[in-house]
Amino acid sequence: MRYLSWAYLLALFAFILLPVVTLVIFSFQDGRLPVPPFKGATLDWYREILTDRALMEALANSLIVALLSALVALTLGFLAASGLARVALPGSVVMRGLLIAPMTVSYLIIALGLLQMFNKVGIRPSLLATGIGHVVINLPLCFAILYAAIGEHQKSALKAARDLGAKEWQVLWFVAAPMLTPALAAAFFLAFTFSWDEFIIAFLLTRFDVTLPVEIWSMLRSGLSPATNAVGSLVFLVSVIVVVALELTLFRKGSK
Amino acid sequence: MVAPALLWTLAFFVVPFAAMVMMSLAHMEGRDIVQGHDLGNYLKIFTDPSLRRGIFVSLEITVVVTLISVLLAWPLAWIIATRVPPRWRRMALLLAVLPFWTSYVVRSYSWALVLGERGVVMNALVGLGLLAEPVQIMATRAATVIGFVHFFVMLLTLTIYSNLIQLSPNYARAAEDLGASRWQVIRLVILPLTLPGVMTGAFLTFVLCIGDYITPQILGGNNELSLPQLIMLQLGRRGDFPMASALSVVLMVIVTLAYAGCARWLKMERL
Repeated sequence: MRYLSWAYLLALFAFILLPVVTLVIFSFQDGRLPVPPFKGATLDWYREILTDRALMEALANSLIVALLSALVALTLGFLAASGLARVALPGSVVMRGLLIAPMTVSYLIIALGLLQMFNKVGIRPSLLATGIGHVVINLPLCFAILYAAIGEHQKSALKAARDLGAKEWQVLWFVAAPMLTPALAAAFFLAFTFSWDEFIIAFLLTRFDVTLPVEIWSMLRSGLSPATNAVGSLVFLVSVIVVVALELTLFRKGSK
Repeated sequence: MVAPALLWTLAFFVVPFAAMVMMSLAHMEGRDIVQGHDLGNYLKIFTDPSLRRGIFVSLEITVVVTLISVLLAWPLAWIIATRVPPRWRRMALLLAVLPFWTSYVVRSYSWALVLGERGVVMNALVGLGLLAEPVQIMATRAATVIGFVHFFVMLLTLTIYSNLIQLSPNYARAAEDLGASRWQVIRLVILPLTLPGVMTGAFLTFVLCIGDYITPQILGGNNELSLPQLIMLQLGRRGDFPMASALSVVLMVIVTLAYAGCARWLKMERL
Protein backbone atom coordinates (compact mmCIF):
# COMPACT_ATOMS: atom_id res chain seq x y z
CA MET A 1 0.00 0.00 0.00
CA ARG A 2 2.74 2.34 0.99
CA TYR A 3 4.92 1.78 -2.08
CA LEU A 4 1.83 1.82 -4.23
CA SER A 5 0.96 5.26 -2.83
CA TRP A 6 4.37 6.70 -3.63
CA ALA A 7 4.41 5.14 -7.08
CA TYR A 8 1.00 6.63 -7.79
CA LEU A 9 2.08 10.03 -6.49
CA LEU A 10 5.18 10.00 -8.71
CA ALA A 11 3.25 8.84 -11.78
CA LEU A 12 0.65 11.59 -11.41
CA PHE A 13 3.29 14.24 -10.72
CA ALA A 14 5.08 13.14 -13.89
CA PHE A 15 1.84 13.42 -15.87
CA ILE A 16 1.01 16.83 -14.41
CA LEU A 17 4.47 18.32 -14.82
CA LEU A 18 5.44 16.69 -18.15
CA PRO A 19 4.02 19.35 -20.50
CA VAL A 20 5.36 22.26 -18.45
CA VAL A 21 8.84 20.78 -18.13
CA THR A 22 8.91 20.02 -21.86
CA LEU A 23 7.76 23.54 -22.60
CA VAL A 24 10.53 25.11 -20.55
CA ILE A 25 13.34 22.80 -21.73
CA PHE A 26 12.63 23.33 -25.42
CA SER A 27 12.33 27.08 -25.00
CA PHE A 28 16.16 26.91 -24.91
CA GLN A 29 16.33 24.78 -28.07
CA ASP A 30 19.15 25.78 -30.36
CA GLY A 31 17.22 24.92 -33.50
CA ARG A 32 13.99 25.74 -35.28
CA LEU A 33 11.74 23.05 -33.83
CA PRO A 34 10.91 22.59 -30.12
CA VAL A 35 10.97 18.76 -30.33
CA PRO A 36 13.64 16.16 -29.52
CA PRO A 37 16.52 15.85 -29.95
CA PHE A 38 17.66 18.73 -27.77
CA LYS A 39 20.38 20.42 -29.78
CA GLY A 40 21.93 22.60 -27.10
CA ALA A 41 20.94 25.65 -25.11
CA THR A 42 20.50 29.17 -26.36
CA LEU A 43 18.74 32.31 -25.14
CA ASP A 44 18.08 33.53 -28.68
CA TRP A 45 14.36 32.82 -28.53
CA TYR A 46 13.99 34.85 -25.36
CA ARG A 47 15.86 37.70 -27.02
CA GLU A 48 13.53 37.41 -29.99
CA ILE A 49 10.30 37.58 -28.04
CA LEU A 50 11.48 40.34 -25.70
CA THR A 51 12.19 42.54 -28.71
CA ASP A 52 8.95 41.56 -30.48
CA ARG A 53 6.86 44.74 -30.42
CA ALA A 54 3.46 43.16 -31.04
CA LEU A 55 4.06 40.73 -28.20
CA MET A 56 5.23 43.38 -25.75
CA GLU A 57 2.25 45.59 -26.60
CA ALA A 58 -0.09 42.65 -26.01
CA LEU A 59 1.63 42.08 -22.68
CA ALA A 60 1.09 45.70 -21.66
CA ASN A 61 -2.54 45.55 -22.84
CA SER A 62 -3.13 42.42 -20.79
CA LEU A 63 -1.66 44.02 -17.69
CA ILE A 64 -3.83 47.14 -18.07
CA VAL A 65 -7.04 45.20 -18.77
CA ALA A 66 -6.39 42.77 -15.90
CA LEU A 67 -5.53 45.53 -13.43
CA LEU A 68 -8.46 47.81 -14.26
CA SER A 69 -11.10 45.11 -14.68
CA ALA A 70 -10.02 43.47 -11.42
CA LEU A 71 -10.24 46.82 -9.61
CA VAL A 72 -13.72 47.56 -10.99
CA ALA A 73 -14.95 44.04 -10.20
CA LEU A 74 -13.47 44.28 -6.69
CA THR A 75 -15.08 47.69 -6.01
CA LEU A 76 -18.51 46.67 -7.28
CA GLY A 77 -18.30 43.35 -5.45
CA PHE A 78 -17.19 45.02 -2.22
CA LEU A 79 -20.03 47.55 -2.31
CA ALA A 80 -22.60 44.88 -3.12
CA ALA A 81 -21.34 42.48 -0.43
CA SER A 82 -21.33 45.20 2.26
CA GLY A 83 -24.77 46.38 1.17
CA LEU A 84 -26.34 42.94 1.19
CA ALA A 85 -24.71 42.04 4.51
CA ARG A 86 -26.16 45.11 6.15
CA VAL A 87 -29.85 44.28 6.25
CA ALA A 88 -31.87 41.29 5.17
CA LEU A 89 -34.22 42.74 2.57
CA PRO A 90 -36.99 40.60 1.12
CA GLY A 91 -35.39 40.71 -2.34
CA SER A 92 -31.87 39.98 -1.18
CA VAL A 93 -31.97 36.29 -2.11
CA VAL A 94 -32.93 37.21 -5.66
CA MET A 95 -30.23 39.89 -5.81
CA ARG A 96 -27.59 37.44 -4.57
CA GLY A 97 -28.72 34.92 -7.15
CA LEU A 98 -28.54 37.48 -9.93
CA LEU A 99 -25.05 38.62 -8.94
CA ILE A 100 -23.74 35.03 -8.81
CA ALA A 101 -25.51 33.92 -12.01
CA PRO A 102 -22.73 34.74 -14.55
CA MET A 103 -20.49 32.22 -12.76
CA THR A 104 -22.49 29.30 -14.15
CA VAL A 105 -22.44 30.50 -17.75
CA SER A 106 -19.68 29.57 -20.20
CA TYR A 107 -17.34 32.43 -21.11
CA LEU A 108 -18.10 31.76 -24.76
CA ILE A 109 -21.78 32.52 -24.20
CA ILE A 110 -21.02 35.71 -22.26
CA ALA A 111 -18.67 36.80 -25.03
CA LEU A 112 -21.20 36.07 -27.76
CA GLY A 113 -23.96 37.98 -25.98
CA LEU A 114 -21.72 41.00 -25.40
CA LEU A 115 -20.47 40.92 -29.00
CA GLN A 116 -24.02 41.09 -30.32
CA MET A 117 -25.06 43.84 -27.94
CA PHE A 118 -21.93 45.91 -28.64
CA ASN A 119 -22.53 45.49 -32.38
CA LYS A 120 -26.04 46.78 -31.97
CA VAL A 121 -25.19 49.86 -29.90
CA GLY A 122 -22.07 50.60 -31.91
CA ILE A 123 -19.30 49.84 -29.44
CA ARG A 124 -16.33 48.58 -31.47
CA PRO A 125 -14.34 45.53 -30.45
CA SER A 126 -11.60 46.96 -28.22
CA LEU A 127 -9.74 46.58 -24.96
CA LEU A 128 -12.56 48.50 -23.27
CA ALA A 129 -15.12 45.98 -24.52
CA THR A 130 -12.89 43.15 -23.30
CA GLY A 131 -12.45 44.84 -19.92
CA ILE A 132 -16.23 45.12 -19.54
CA GLY A 133 -16.53 41.40 -20.28
CA HIS A 134 -13.86 40.58 -17.73
CA VAL A 135 -15.69 42.54 -15.05
CA VAL A 136 -18.80 40.50 -15.86
CA ILE A 137 -16.98 37.21 -15.21
CA ASN A 138 -15.06 38.44 -12.15
CA LEU A 139 -17.78 40.36 -10.34
CA PRO A 140 -19.57 37.18 -9.13
CA LEU A 141 -16.26 35.81 -7.88
CA CYS A 142 -15.32 38.99 -5.95
CA PHE A 143 -18.84 39.31 -4.56
CA ALA A 144 -18.98 35.67 -3.42
CA ILE A 145 -15.57 35.79 -1.71
CA LEU A 146 -16.30 39.08 0.09
CA TYR A 147 -19.85 38.15 1.02
CA ALA A 148 -18.61 34.90 2.54
CA ALA A 149 -15.94 36.80 4.49
CA ILE A 150 -18.47 39.06 6.24
CA GLY A 151 -19.51 37.03 9.30
CA GLU A 152 -21.49 37.94 12.40
CA HIS A 153 -18.46 39.55 14.03
CA GLN A 154 -17.88 41.83 11.04
CA LYS A 155 -21.57 42.67 10.81
CA SER A 156 -21.72 43.87 14.41
CA ALA A 157 -18.56 45.96 13.96
CA LEU A 158 -20.12 47.66 10.95
CA LYS A 159 -23.33 48.23 12.87
CA ALA A 160 -21.41 49.67 15.82
CA ALA A 161 -19.61 52.12 13.52
CA ARG A 162 -22.92 53.27 12.07
CA ASP A 163 -24.50 53.62 15.53
CA LEU A 164 -21.56 55.78 16.57
CA GLY A 165 -22.35 58.16 13.72
CA ALA A 166 -19.89 57.18 10.98
CA LYS A 167 -20.97 58.11 7.49
CA GLU A 168 -21.46 55.27 5.06
CA TRP A 169 -18.19 55.86 3.17
CA GLN A 170 -16.35 56.03 6.50
CA VAL A 171 -17.83 52.71 7.54
CA LEU A 172 -16.67 51.14 4.30
CA TRP A 173 -13.23 52.75 4.18
CA PHE A 174 -12.16 52.72 7.85
CA VAL A 175 -13.99 49.64 9.15
CA ALA A 176 -15.08 47.21 6.44
CA ALA A 177 -12.04 47.44 4.15
CA PRO A 178 -9.37 46.94 6.86
CA MET A 179 -11.31 44.03 8.38
CA LEU A 180 -11.67 42.34 5.02
CA THR A 181 -8.12 42.88 3.76
CA PRO A 182 -7.23 39.19 3.28
CA ALA A 183 -10.48 38.51 1.42
CA LEU A 184 -10.04 41.67 -0.66
CA ALA A 185 -6.50 40.63 -1.57
CA ALA A 186 -7.58 37.09 -2.46
CA ALA A 187 -10.49 38.33 -4.58
CA PHE A 188 -8.30 40.86 -6.37
CA PHE A 189 -5.58 38.30 -7.06
CA LEU A 190 -8.05 35.76 -8.46
CA ALA A 191 -9.84 38.35 -10.60
CA PHE A 192 -6.51 39.61 -11.92
CA THR A 193 -5.33 36.08 -12.84
CA PHE A 194 -8.61 35.15 -14.51
CA SER A 195 -8.59 38.29 -16.62
CA TRP A 196 -4.87 37.93 -17.38
CA ASP A 197 -5.41 34.41 -18.68
CA GLU A 198 -8.83 34.82 -20.30
CA PHE A 199 -8.92 34.00 -24.01
CA ILE A 200 -12.33 33.64 -25.62
CA ILE A 201 -13.86 36.96 -24.50
CA ALA A 202 -10.70 38.83 -25.49
CA PHE A 203 -10.57 36.92 -28.78
CA LEU A 204 -14.12 37.92 -29.78
CA LEU A 205 -14.11 41.43 -28.32
CA THR A 206 -10.75 42.81 -29.51
CA ARG A 207 -9.56 43.56 -33.00
CA PHE A 208 -6.41 45.65 -33.38
CA ASP A 209 -5.14 45.97 -29.81
CA VAL A 210 -5.11 42.44 -28.46
CA THR A 211 -4.26 40.84 -25.13
CA LEU A 212 -1.44 38.38 -24.55
CA PRO A 213 -3.46 35.12 -24.80
CA VAL A 214 -4.88 36.30 -28.15
CA GLU A 215 -1.39 37.21 -29.39
CA ILE A 216 -0.08 33.80 -28.30
CA TRP A 217 -3.01 32.21 -30.10
CA SER A 218 -2.03 33.89 -33.34
CA MET A 219 1.58 32.72 -32.82
CA LEU A 220 0.24 29.15 -32.67
CA ARG A 221 -1.12 29.37 -36.18
CA SER A 222 2.41 29.37 -37.56
CA GLY A 223 3.03 25.97 -35.96
CA LEU A 224 5.40 24.83 -33.23
CA SER A 225 8.25 27.20 -32.48
CA PRO A 226 10.72 27.61 -29.61
CA ALA A 227 9.66 31.28 -29.53
CA THR A 228 6.17 30.23 -28.40
CA ASN A 229 7.84 28.00 -25.80
CA ALA A 230 9.80 31.00 -24.56
CA VAL A 231 6.67 33.16 -24.18
CA GLY A 232 4.88 30.31 -22.42
CA SER A 233 7.80 29.73 -20.08
CA LEU A 234 7.94 33.41 -19.13
CA VAL A 235 4.18 33.51 -18.44
CA PHE A 236 4.58 30.33 -16.38
CA LEU A 237 7.50 31.80 -14.42
CA VAL A 238 5.49 34.91 -13.53
CA SER A 239 2.50 32.83 -12.34
CA VAL A 240 4.74 30.59 -10.26
CA ILE A 241 6.38 33.56 -8.58
CA VAL A 242 2.98 35.10 -7.77
CA VAL A 243 1.51 31.83 -6.47
CA VAL A 244 4.56 30.98 -4.35
CA ALA A 245 4.69 34.52 -2.97
CA LEU A 246 1.02 34.34 -2.02
CA GLU A 247 1.49 30.89 -0.53
CA LEU A 248 4.32 32.18 1.65
CA THR A 249 2.54 35.35 2.80
CA LEU A 250 -1.21 35.60 2.47
CA PHE A 251 -2.38 32.02 2.74
CA ARG A 252 0.13 30.75 5.26
CA LYS A 253 -1.86 31.97 8.26
CA GLY A 254 -5.15 30.69 6.93
CA SER A 255 -3.88 27.22 6.07
CA LYS A 256 -4.25 24.27 8.34
CA MET B 1 -24.75 50.16 -2.48
CA VAL B 2 -25.85 47.03 -4.24
CA ALA B 3 -27.13 49.08 -7.16
CA PRO B 4 -23.88 49.51 -9.17
CA ALA B 5 -23.17 45.77 -9.20
CA LEU B 6 -26.79 44.96 -10.04
CA LEU B 7 -26.87 47.51 -12.85
CA TRP B 8 -23.62 46.15 -14.25
CA THR B 9 -24.96 42.60 -14.19
CA LEU B 10 -28.22 43.71 -15.80
CA ALA B 11 -26.60 45.79 -18.53
CA PHE B 12 -23.74 43.47 -19.44
CA PHE B 13 -25.10 40.04 -18.58
CA VAL B 14 -28.90 39.89 -18.52
CA VAL B 15 -29.53 42.20 -21.49
CA PRO B 16 -26.92 40.56 -23.79
CA PHE B 17 -28.22 37.18 -22.78
CA ALA B 18 -31.79 38.14 -23.62
CA ALA B 19 -30.57 39.62 -26.91
CA MET B 20 -28.86 36.32 -27.67
CA VAL B 21 -32.02 34.31 -27.02
CA MET B 22 -33.91 36.70 -29.34
CA MET B 23 -31.18 36.32 -31.93
CA SER B 24 -31.51 32.53 -31.80
CA LEU B 25 -35.04 32.93 -33.16
CA ALA B 26 -33.84 34.90 -36.18
CA HIS B 27 -32.43 33.43 -39.38
CA MET B 28 -30.08 34.28 -42.22
CA GLU B 29 -31.18 35.35 -45.66
CA GLY B 30 -28.06 35.59 -47.74
CA ARG B 31 -25.73 37.64 -45.57
CA ASP B 32 -28.50 39.46 -43.70
CA ILE B 33 -30.00 38.60 -40.37
CA VAL B 34 -33.78 38.55 -40.47
CA GLN B 35 -35.44 38.81 -37.08
CA GLY B 36 -38.19 36.26 -36.67
CA HIS B 37 -39.93 34.24 -34.01
CA ASP B 38 -39.52 30.72 -35.21
CA LEU B 39 -37.68 27.72 -33.89
CA GLY B 40 -36.10 26.95 -37.25
CA ASN B 41 -32.53 27.04 -35.90
CA TYR B 42 -33.36 24.63 -33.10
CA LEU B 43 -35.10 22.30 -35.50
CA LYS B 44 -32.03 22.38 -37.70
CA ILE B 45 -29.71 21.62 -34.77
CA PHE B 46 -31.58 18.41 -34.07
CA THR B 47 -31.99 17.35 -37.69
CA ASP B 48 -28.73 18.45 -39.33
CA PRO B 49 -26.29 15.51 -38.82
CA SER B 50 -23.15 17.65 -38.42
CA LEU B 51 -24.72 19.96 -35.84
CA ARG B 52 -26.38 17.14 -33.91
CA ARG B 53 -23.10 15.24 -33.98
CA GLY B 54 -21.40 18.23 -32.31
CA ILE B 55 -23.68 17.96 -29.30
CA PHE B 56 -22.91 14.27 -28.89
CA VAL B 57 -19.18 14.77 -29.42
CA SER B 58 -19.15 17.41 -26.68
CA LEU B 59 -21.24 15.32 -24.30
CA GLU B 60 -19.13 12.20 -24.85
CA ILE B 61 -15.84 14.04 -24.37
CA THR B 62 -17.13 15.84 -21.29
CA VAL B 63 -18.48 12.71 -19.60
CA VAL B 64 -15.32 10.71 -20.31
CA VAL B 65 -13.08 13.56 -19.11
CA THR B 66 -15.09 14.05 -15.93
CA LEU B 67 -15.00 10.34 -15.07
CA ILE B 68 -11.28 9.85 -15.76
CA SER B 69 -10.39 13.06 -13.90
CA VAL B 70 -12.33 12.04 -10.79
CA LEU B 71 -10.81 8.55 -10.83
CA LEU B 72 -7.27 9.95 -11.12
CA ALA B 73 -7.69 12.91 -8.76
CA TRP B 74 -9.30 11.15 -5.81
CA PRO B 75 -6.36 8.87 -4.98
CA LEU B 76 -3.95 11.77 -5.55
CA ALA B 77 -5.83 14.04 -3.14
CA TRP B 78 -6.14 11.20 -0.64
CA ILE B 79 -2.42 10.35 -0.76
CA ILE B 80 -1.46 14.01 -0.31
CA ALA B 81 -3.93 14.49 2.54
CA THR B 82 -3.15 11.29 4.46
CA ARG B 83 0.12 9.70 3.31
CA VAL B 84 2.40 12.68 2.78
CA PRO B 85 3.95 13.92 6.06
CA PRO B 86 2.12 17.06 7.27
CA ARG B 87 5.05 19.42 6.78
CA TRP B 88 5.36 18.45 3.10
CA ARG B 89 1.64 18.52 2.47
CA ARG B 90 1.22 22.12 1.29
CA MET B 91 4.34 21.71 -0.81
CA ALA B 92 3.03 18.53 -2.46
CA LEU B 93 -0.33 20.17 -3.15
CA LEU B 94 1.34 23.26 -4.60
CA LEU B 95 3.44 21.07 -6.89
CA ALA B 96 0.45 18.95 -7.91
CA VAL B 97 -1.49 21.97 -9.15
CA LEU B 98 1.39 24.17 -10.31
CA PRO B 99 0.53 24.09 -14.04
CA PHE B 100 -3.04 25.03 -13.07
CA TRP B 101 -1.83 28.61 -12.73
CA THR B 102 -0.18 28.86 -16.11
CA SER B 103 -1.86 30.28 -19.17
CA TYR B 104 -4.62 28.04 -20.48
CA VAL B 105 -3.64 28.55 -24.12
CA VAL B 106 0.01 27.78 -23.34
CA ARG B 107 -0.96 24.60 -21.49
CA SER B 108 -2.82 23.26 -24.54
CA TYR B 109 0.14 24.23 -26.73
CA SER B 110 2.48 22.31 -24.40
CA TRP B 111 0.43 19.18 -24.93
CA ALA B 112 0.57 19.66 -28.68
CA LEU B 113 4.34 19.78 -28.23
CA VAL B 114 4.42 16.61 -26.13
CA LEU B 115 1.92 14.55 -28.13
CA GLY B 116 3.06 15.45 -31.64
CA GLU B 117 4.47 12.88 -34.03
CA ARG B 118 8.00 14.01 -33.20
CA GLY B 119 7.15 14.93 -29.59
CA VAL B 120 8.65 13.62 -26.36
CA VAL B 121 6.11 10.84 -25.82
CA MET B 122 6.40 9.27 -29.28
CA ASN B 123 10.17 9.64 -29.16
CA ALA B 124 10.30 7.79 -25.87
CA LEU B 125 7.88 5.04 -26.94
CA VAL B 126 9.68 4.40 -30.23
CA GLY B 127 13.08 4.73 -28.56
CA LEU B 128 12.17 2.13 -25.95
CA GLY B 129 10.96 -0.18 -28.68
CA LEU B 130 7.38 -0.15 -27.42
CA LEU B 131 6.16 1.16 -30.72
CA ALA B 132 7.50 0.39 -34.17
CA GLU B 133 6.63 3.84 -35.44
CA PRO B 134 4.86 6.96 -34.12
CA VAL B 135 1.09 6.76 -33.73
CA GLN B 136 -0.93 9.85 -34.46
CA ILE B 137 -2.51 11.26 -31.32
CA MET B 138 -2.63 14.92 -32.26
CA ALA B 139 -5.80 16.04 -34.03
CA THR B 140 -7.73 13.14 -32.54
CA ARG B 141 -10.19 12.95 -29.68
CA ALA B 142 -7.53 11.26 -27.53
CA ALA B 143 -5.42 14.44 -27.57
CA THR B 144 -8.40 16.56 -26.52
CA VAL B 145 -9.20 14.17 -23.68
CA ILE B 146 -5.58 14.07 -22.44
CA GLY B 147 -5.35 17.87 -22.47
CA PHE B 148 -8.64 18.21 -20.59
CA VAL B 149 -7.85 15.47 -18.05
CA HIS B 150 -4.55 17.19 -17.25
CA PHE B 151 -6.31 20.41 -16.33
CA PHE B 152 -9.25 18.90 -14.50
CA VAL B 153 -7.20 16.43 -12.45
CA MET B 154 -5.60 19.51 -10.89
CA LEU B 155 -8.95 21.23 -10.31
CA LEU B 156 -10.51 18.11 -8.77
CA THR B 157 -7.45 17.45 -6.62
CA LEU B 158 -7.98 20.91 -5.12
CA THR B 159 -11.69 20.45 -4.37
CA ILE B 160 -11.32 16.87 -3.07
CA TYR B 161 -8.24 17.71 -0.99
CA SER B 162 -9.96 20.63 0.72
CA ASN B 163 -12.85 18.30 1.48
CA LEU B 164 -10.55 15.56 2.83
CA ILE B 165 -8.55 17.72 5.24
CA GLN B 166 -11.77 19.00 6.80
CA LEU B 167 -12.74 15.45 7.82
CA SER B 168 -12.03 14.53 11.39
CA PRO B 169 -9.62 11.56 11.66
CA ASN B 170 -12.02 10.18 14.28
CA TYR B 171 -14.31 8.79 11.59
CA ALA B 172 -11.58 6.54 10.26
CA ARG B 173 -10.43 5.59 13.79
CA ALA B 174 -13.96 4.70 14.87
CA ALA B 175 -14.43 2.51 11.81
CA GLU B 176 -11.08 0.80 12.42
CA ASP B 177 -11.92 0.17 16.07
CA LEU B 178 -15.13 -1.45 14.95
CA GLY B 179 -13.11 -3.88 12.84
CA ALA B 180 -13.19 -2.37 9.38
CA SER B 181 -10.26 -3.14 7.12
CA ARG B 182 -8.30 -0.25 5.68
CA TRP B 183 -9.97 -0.72 2.31
CA GLN B 184 -13.42 -0.79 3.95
CA VAL B 185 -12.65 2.44 5.78
CA ILE B 186 -11.84 4.17 2.51
CA ARG B 187 -14.75 2.72 0.58
CA LEU B 188 -17.50 2.91 3.19
CA VAL B 189 -16.49 5.88 5.33
CA ILE B 190 -14.07 8.31 3.66
CA LEU B 191 -15.38 8.06 0.09
CA PRO B 192 -19.01 8.93 0.92
CA LEU B 193 -17.86 11.81 3.13
CA THR B 194 -15.97 13.36 0.21
CA LEU B 195 -19.00 13.36 -2.07
CA PRO B 196 -19.53 17.14 -1.74
CA GLY B 197 -15.95 17.84 -2.85
CA VAL B 198 -16.18 15.29 -5.65
CA MET B 199 -19.51 16.61 -6.92
CA THR B 200 -18.46 20.26 -6.75
CA GLY B 201 -15.31 19.47 -8.71
CA ALA B 202 -17.17 17.24 -11.15
CA PHE B 203 -19.76 19.92 -11.80
CA LEU B 204 -17.08 22.57 -12.41
CA THR B 205 -15.29 20.11 -14.70
CA PHE B 206 -18.46 19.46 -16.65
CA VAL B 207 -19.29 23.16 -17.09
CA LEU B 208 -15.78 24.29 -18.01
CA CYS B 209 -15.10 21.30 -20.23
CA ILE B 210 -18.25 21.44 -22.33
CA GLY B 211 -17.92 25.19 -22.89
CA ASP B 212 -14.23 25.22 -23.80
CA TYR B 213 -13.08 26.10 -27.30
CA ILE B 214 -9.30 26.22 -26.81
CA THR B 215 -8.44 22.60 -25.97
CA PRO B 216 -10.51 20.88 -28.71
CA GLN B 217 -9.34 23.46 -31.24
CA ILE B 218 -5.60 23.17 -30.48
CA LEU B 219 -5.42 19.45 -29.67
CA GLY B 220 -8.44 17.89 -31.35
CA GLY B 221 -8.19 19.82 -34.59
CA ASN B 222 -10.96 20.03 -37.11
CA ASN B 223 -11.65 16.36 -37.74
CA GLU B 224 -14.51 16.22 -35.30
CA LEU B 225 -16.04 19.43 -34.03
CA SER B 226 -17.27 20.05 -30.50
CA LEU B 227 -20.16 22.38 -29.67
CA PRO B 228 -17.98 25.44 -28.93
CA GLN B 229 -16.01 24.83 -32.13
CA LEU B 230 -19.29 24.73 -34.08
CA ILE B 231 -20.37 28.00 -32.45
CA MET B 232 -17.10 29.68 -33.45
CA LEU B 233 -17.40 28.22 -36.95
CA GLN B 234 -20.85 29.83 -37.40
CA LEU B 235 -19.40 33.18 -36.37
CA GLY B 236 -16.21 33.03 -38.35
CA ARG B 237 -17.09 31.68 -41.74
CA ARG B 238 -20.61 32.90 -42.23
CA GLY B 239 -21.33 35.50 -39.61
CA ASP B 240 -24.35 33.36 -38.77
CA PHE B 241 -25.16 34.91 -35.41
CA PRO B 242 -28.65 33.34 -35.21
CA MET B 243 -27.30 29.78 -35.44
CA ALA B 244 -24.39 30.53 -33.11
CA SER B 245 -26.90 31.91 -30.60
CA ALA B 246 -29.18 28.89 -30.89
CA LEU B 247 -26.22 26.54 -30.31
CA SER B 248 -25.23 28.64 -27.28
CA VAL B 249 -28.72 28.34 -25.86
CA VAL B 250 -28.49 24.56 -26.28
CA LEU B 251 -25.13 24.61 -24.48
CA MET B 252 -26.69 26.68 -21.72
CA VAL B 253 -29.59 24.23 -21.34
CA ILE B 254 -27.18 21.29 -21.05
CA VAL B 255 -25.24 23.08 -18.29
CA THR B 256 -28.47 23.93 -16.46
CA LEU B 257 -29.59 20.30 -16.61
CA ALA B 258 -26.20 19.22 -15.24
CA TYR B 259 -26.61 21.71 -12.41
CA ALA B 260 -30.09 20.44 -11.61
CA GLY B 261 -28.69 16.92 -11.65
CA CYS B 262 -26.05 17.49 -8.99
CA ALA B 263 -27.51 20.51 -7.15
CA ARG B 264 -28.20 18.59 -3.97
CA TRP B 265 -24.52 17.75 -3.51
CA LEU B 266 -23.17 21.17 -4.40
CA LYS B 267 -21.99 22.98 -1.31
CA MET B 268 -19.76 25.57 -2.94
CA GLU B 269 -19.44 27.66 0.20
CA ARG B 270 -17.86 24.81 2.14
CA LEU B 271 -14.79 24.77 -0.05
